[in-house]
Amino acid sequence: MADVIKKATRDGYGEGLIELGKKYKDMIVMDADLAGATRTGKFKSAYPEQFIDCGIAEGNMMSIAAGIASTGRLVFASSFAMFAAGRAFEQVRNSIGYPHLPVKIGATHAGISVGEDGATHQCNEDIALMRTIPGMTIINPADAVEAKAAVIAAAEIEGPVYMRFGRFAVPVFNDEATYKFELGKAIKLNDGDDVTIVATGLMVDEAVKAAKKLKEEGINADVFNIHTIKPLDEESIIASAKKTGKVVTVEEHSVIGGLGSAVCDCLAENYPVKVKKIGMNDQFGMSGSAAELLEHYGFSAYNIIKSVKEIIK
Amino acid sequence: MDNSTKKELEIFATKVRMGVIEGTYCAKAGHPGGSLSIADVLAYLYNGEMNIDPENPDSADRDRLVLSKGHAAPALYAALALKGYFSTDELKTLRHKGALLQGHPDMKHIPGVDMSTGSLGQGISAACGMAISGKMAGKDYRVYTILGDGEIQEGQVWEAAMFAGFKKLDNLVAFVDFNNLQIDGKMTDVMSDLPIDEKFKAFNWNVINIDGNNLEEIENAYKQAREFKGKPTCIIGKTIKGKGVSFMEDVCSWHGVAPNEEQYNDAMKELKATLEGLEG
Repeated sequence: MADVIKKATRDGYGEGLIELGKKYKDMIVMDADLAGATRTGKFKSAYPEQFIDCGIAEGNMMSIAAGIASTGRLVFASSFAMFAAGRAFEQVRNSIGYPHLPVKIGATHAGISVGEDGATHQCNEDIALMRTIPGMTIINPADAVEAKAAVIAAAEIEGPVYMRFGRFAVPVFNDEATYKFELGKAIKLNDGDDVTIVATGLMVDEAVKAAKKLKEEGINADVFNIHTIKPLDEESIIASAKKTGKVVTVEEHSVIGGLGSAVCDCLAENYPVKVKKIGMNDQFGMSGSAAELLEHYGFSAYNIIKSVKEIIK
Repeated sequence: MDNSTKKELEIFATKVRMGVIEGTYCAKAGHPGGSLSIADVLAYLYNGEMNIDPENPDSADRDRLVLSKGHAAPALYAALALKGYFSTDELKTLRHKGALLQGHPDMKHIPGVDMSTGSLGQGISAACGMAISGKMAGKDYRVYTILGDGEIQEGQVWEAAMFAGFKKLDNLVAFVDFNNLQIDGKMTDVMSDLPIDEKFKAFNWNVINIDGNNLEEIENAYKQAREFKGKPTCIIGKTIKGKGVSFMEDVCSWHGVAPNEEQYNDAMKELKATLEGLEG
């Protein structure tokens, strides 16, 4: 078996920005003193005149980004998810969301896989927060290839976009040569009639692994990569729920307000079936290595398999 | 400022005040006090300072105004209507369901509104964004923002002030409407942010103290700001909240309450008399 290449989705963000810089000569990338960590530092090196460091003032950065966007420029504002969506929520809502300005928010270090920094920096609430803003597009890529493609696509997406990236290096399973990002389209990664697994972000790879194991046991799962959480590909989810009658959602986020909630909202209105949500169960995280924490909180193929078996009983 | 220009601006300011009273009376809500206090600076900005074209409200090279103290929207709307961005009839449906004029400025729908504001502290940051974008593009448009003296209690104002000072945004001018009243009482009793001038100076701004209801002083300050290079300018205008309507002047409770019919009639009578005096 060939070695699996591992890369963090934040690296896809950095690479996507560099790519965009070649085409959009007047684009601006902003950061709040985290350029190394968010990977905007690469853009800063390549296009120093188009990079603005706002210092440690995320709310200010979001409103400045809104002002820049109002002048017709492509602008990306970057920080950790905790500060982009959390601290600056109200600026994102009122300065960017309400006037529907096309600010592209690059939020890295999302989820529990932040690791050692602990609960203050592990943002498990950002999807929930961003979903409530009318007109906000939310993208949560599954690997670095998808991340890079989504960043490039974001430049042409109408209105504000929230992009969620991880710190932790995860397997790259998409092929950059052939991968094409289609906003709002679920990607089916496995076909089965027994259960639907709806995954997003770093959990997509675990969902695929789980499906492979389940197949060995004669359980066939429909597996979806939901890279676009809003607008959600309701059609694909409803069609699969009609086929399997059971749905498991998996996300590195709170079970409250994230993908699982979005799927439940959709199915409750259109085709109610039993749903099991895998995510952070209404609790704060703690320090530890990313791998340890993912295991501890159940973000694993093993837990997905367990949940599938429970739901199909 | 020659006498005819001064009279012209005083007439405009008085009409803005009439629009504020009309709008808040018809809305049965809104913020007359802090709207009346900025009528003079708006009169100068829209008639003597800003490069704007009401026929092309989205022109890329226009000067921009961000009303950071967005609750003074009735004054901004009155000024925009007088300039022809939309009909003055719209003022009568301010804050009404389905109407054009929202309770706070809405850039998406209202011609001439350059930024949606209302959540205090955010407007000055957006103005910084417009200013730095203009500088980076080599454009010479200027950006104006108006803040309340209560508003500058928001920490974000100082984040923005730090940014503008550090980035030397000399195409940005902030006006602080220093009327010393906020919802809960006197600013100097609630949470004093004095000295305002020393604070902005410390954040590397050019600071000018003026009587913010005096058109000549307003003009001189903005002219000075235009000439000043290397720093953004903050004009601290000492104003009277409720200015122009004697029973509203310097009365805290007129921050966010609309006049009733009797008060409306009294206010309009006084403003009409002022207008007649000016128009001779």
